[in-house]
Amino acid sequence: MPSAIEIQAVSKRYGALQALDDVSFRVEAGEFFALLGPNGAGKTTLISAMAGLSRPDSGSIRIMGHDVVRDFRAARMSLGVVPQELVFDPFLSVRETLRFQSGYFGLTRNDDWIDELLFKLGLADKANVNLRALSGGMKRRVMVAQALVHRPPVMVLDEPTAGVDVELRQSLWAFVKELNEAGHTIVLTTHYLEEAETLCNRIAMLKRGKLVALESKDKLLQHGKEREVAFKLAAPLPDSLLPSKVREEDGRIVLKLTDLSQLEGVLATLREADVRVRELNVVEVDLESVFVNMMHGGQG
Amino acid sequence: MQGFLTLFRKELVRFWKVSFQTVAAPVLTALMYQLIFSHVLSRHAEAYPGVGYTAFLIPGLAMMSMAQNAFANSSSSLIQSKITGNIVFLLLPPLTALEFFAAYMLASIVRGLAVGAGVLVVTAWFGLPLPSHPGWALLFGLLGCGVLGTLGVIAGIWAEKFDQLAAFQNFLIMPLTFLSGVFYSINSLPPFWYAVSHVNPVFFMIDGFRYGFFGQADVSPWLSLGVVGGSFILLSGLALWLIKSGYKLRH
Repeated sequence: MPSAIEIQAVSKRYGALQALDDVSFRVEAGEFFALLGPNGAGKTTLISAMAGLSRPDSGSIRIMGHDVVRDFRAARMSLGVVPQELVFDPFLSVRETLRFQSGYFGLTRNDDWIDELLFKLGLADKANVNLRALSGGMKRRVMVAQALVHRPPVMVLDEPTAGVDVELRQSLWAFVKELNEAGHTIVLTTHYLEEAETLCNRIAMLKRGKLVALESKDKLLQHGKEREVAFKLAAPLPDSLLPSKVREEDGRIVLKLTDLSQLEGVLATLREADVRVRELNVVEVDLESVFVNMMHGGQG
Repeated sequence: MQGFLTLFRKELVRFWKVSFQTVAAPVLTALMYQLIFSHVLSRHAEAYPGVGYTAFLIPGLAMMSMAQNAFANSSSSLIQSKITGNIVFLLLPPLTALEFFAAYMLASIVRGLAVGAGVLVVTAWFGLPLPSHPGWALLFGLLGCGVLGTLGVIAGIWAEKFDQLAAFQNFLIMPLTFLSGVFYSINSLPPFWYAVSHVNPVFFMIDGFRYGFFGQADVSPWLSLGVVGGSFILLSGLALWLIKSGYKLRH
């Protein structure tokens, strides 16, 4: 079985800006994959290149084994893209939009699937409403439906939840998760790192057009194996532990440990100094801190 | 093929939903030209032997309206899609360059012919005879709209802003359609303007279209067919090449 997405040595330059610099990676079929990076890192350029909206200067991209340039018809049939910008055709109703979009993909009798999409995305009662009359969140749902009219095995969502209310975010992710469980490969870019953290198995990070990390989420989180532990103590911190102290907040002293196994030693020192521990919290690393760390050139 | 049919239908729906503006308005404009010019110039010498000025004017006005509206259809649809961004929904599906081009171009022809038919109907009572060569009239109607519809595709792809498109329309399409012998027979022109008219393909569209009605024209319909048909092939080739290369559509 071919990889869902195969990106090979893709570079793209816009004038003086190197938008993509020799990027290569694969996304396997059935994965839930996140593409992260700050603004201008090249995420949207990469998605555009996958979708044929832009043409790389060099390198190649295959979707389900189909080259996006030479075999563009098969590649585009395999790919559903939800663009980042909120766009719509002001002349059409929701149902017309989805019918026309089906037709562009060569599908004529697609109403059953369109009805299912409308139902699952909570658009059933808006089917005959003109797009102009819909709220931003509703328009976003229509764009998701548009990306799915041809039941593509691979779906790419470019920051689908930017500026969208909480309720829609949750229902959208539930729907996308369901698609993933049904076998669709999902790639998303997002600014909400906790979304990537809860949903995705594997993560790629881009920085200034270069791939700086490509790992499973768990492995990536291990990069931040330094742990912070917050103590509430009954007496001042013994001098021997002062070098580990990073800050104090809300009456708690925060120590930085290079490894969680150091905790035992710290507790022993406190016991010897007769300092009672009233409270102890291990601060979990999250993707955000790993991400910030990497983007500041810490690792990778 | 289904992709082409869908896009073609969408383009028809697009102008038909606002047909008051896209069909009725240009028909009314042409009717006013007809009223004013025939009033002012009806005592003008016959344009051709046996053809009065008011009758002479009708096919030219119809062809001019057809040309302008065929251009407006494809160009305004494309620029709107580009500026609002919804053109992305046409760039993501597996449409070929030919499907994309043919859908916009043919929809422009349909709008042009709808406007042309409307103009002929409302001005016919000024003395338009039944076409003596309906086949020629139809052929020049189709090809004329095809040329301008194709120019509209090119302009719509090229323009990035509405004012660029407006410049294309005002500084190229309008002079081409106005200085094309709509209001006069070019045989009445001084030699310089007579020569200039002969490099204007719209002149040949109108002259050929007129031949279809009166059986006489300034030049042979075969020459007109050669110029209009040649322009159509050339511009279509250019439009297809632009779409295929992704010029200003795929970055």
